[in-house]
Amino acid sequence: MNFLTDFFTLSFLRNALLIGLVAAPTLGVIGTLIVTKRIASLAGASAHAALGGMGIALYLARVGQLAFISPMHGAIAGAVGAAMIVGIISLRAKEREDTVIGVVWALGMSIGLLFLARTPGYVDWQGYLFGNILLIAEKDFLWMALLDGVVILPAVIFYRKIVAFFFDPEFAALRGIRGTACYLTILALTALTIVLLINLVGIILVIALLTLPAATAGCFARHLGTMMIAAAILAAIFVVVGVAASFWLCLPTGPVIVVTAGIVYLGALILRKFLR
Amino acid sequence: MSDDVIIEIKNVDFRYEATSPVLENVNFAVKRNQSGCIVGPNGGGKSTLLKLLLGLLTPSAGEIRLFGKTPCDARIKVGYMPQYHLLDGAFPITAGEVVRMGRLGISGSRKQHNERVVRAMEEMEVAHLAARSFAELSGGQRQRVLIARALACEPELLLLDEPTANIDPGAEEKFYTVLAALRQRMTVLTVSHDLGFVNRETDLIICVNKFVTLHQAANFTAQNADEIYHHKVSLIKHDHDCFCHCQHEGHEA
Repeated sequence: MNFLTDFFTLSFLRNALLIGLVAAPTLGVIGTLIVTKRIASLAGASAHAALGGMGIALYLARVGQLAFISPMHGAIAGAVGAAMIVGIISLRAKEREDTVIGVVWALGMSIGLLFLARTPGYVDWQGYLFGNILLIAEKDFLWMALLDGVVILPAVIFYRKIVAFFFDPEFAALRGIRGTACYLTILALTALTIVLLINLVGIILVIALLTLPAATAGCFARHLGTMMIAAAILAAIFVVVGVAASFWLCLPTGPVIVVTAGIVYLGALILRKFLR
Repeated sequence: MSDDVIIEIKNVDFRYEATSPVLENVNFAVKRNQSGCIVGPNGGGKSTLLKLLLGLLTPSAGEIRLFGKTPCDARIKVGYMPQYHLLDGAFPITAGEVVRMGRLGISGSRKQHNERVVRAMEEMEVAHLAARSFAELSGGQRQRVLIARALACEPELLLLDEPTANIDPGAEEKFYTVLAALRQRMTVLTVSHDLGFVNRETDLIICVNKFVTLHQAANFTAQNADEIYHHKVSLIKHDHDCFCHCQHEGHEA
């Protein structure tokens, strides 16, 4: 079978590729910020708390007869809520951050699984955890494209301030840069990115797609901006290669994308070692 | 308040929430063209005092005035160099970009900003490193880049946190020369654990150990040092020429 003709005939394949490509710019910017600020575990807690939100939303929709609530609403509430809780605690009491991340991470997931257990009917919870490209809807692209705009425009306009805040928040504060609002906004955008990519790679694997392109780019980048652009390009490549490979090999898409990204990252680490 | 008083601290207490006070009843003033060194044992409150001066912390009681304003309002006139090893060594940023941070919050054209950045880097002899990654620089080079960043703010008051920590003796020697030049045109306050450094480079010695006492550098003795640290302290290395230097120059005020 030819991948190109399949791409045009099979809508799920097209959807998986498009959502990944549309997500690439956001992944580049947000991923770079997460990697340089070293908050990958915070993003992980946010992703896992999304499951809590999804479980509650499904339960309310089916048991509570609140049909207007979709799992996506729950995922947004769970992920953004968790990111805000951990974000505020990390700003106020850095020494508690690690514990709070662990608690939110496990509690979010447990709450989700408990509500799903009490929700009647079939629930594809494995799809939530590891992704299910059949569930990607056309309208997801629009949301993702909107998120690109919301992420990239401020990143370009406030570039110097973002660099200053991420490199040395104390000095940035002395130069009049209010970092708290910027930091919490970035966390909220991270949570939204995670939610929109749940169907592509799943809650558990989304952190890899967020961090591996940026970490790979970070092996060689000398500027935050070039790291963001390189990470975006790498994210796009990982998605295309991962989706195509998973199709040919008849393997689940999320894990193939993540393994592809992981192999390239390890290669970059080794290459850097030889170059220096 | 006289225009000549750059820093004025009156009856300042500071405590972190419900804990016992870190600083108590702090009173001192620093006049224009005086330079000072903040010394004291670890945990004595040196960094807290610095953060109060920068407006990053607010006193629990009392008042701090820089140039007659609150520390937050006076920030535009203050240049600050943090300890370089507290910064992320892996961050993707060039030395030039680090120095450019010093221009944030100051109005001016791109050309003016670039000129000031180049001038500050030339003064610290790091202009040739502008395109290099900050992560690749040595400790001494990073420290000079961070001082250049503070100078790019065009400050009237320069605050340096442990500028001689973790740098090799050659770089340290060079740093003293640079500092002497800076003291000619701005007030410089340095946090240091190195008492030799203290005697050689400053007019005032601000001893911080919960309480703050001010000494004239010319009169500072090993006995004073023992009192601050609560045990016998040896003043080594620079002592001899420092004291000579201080006594010859003479320090009134």
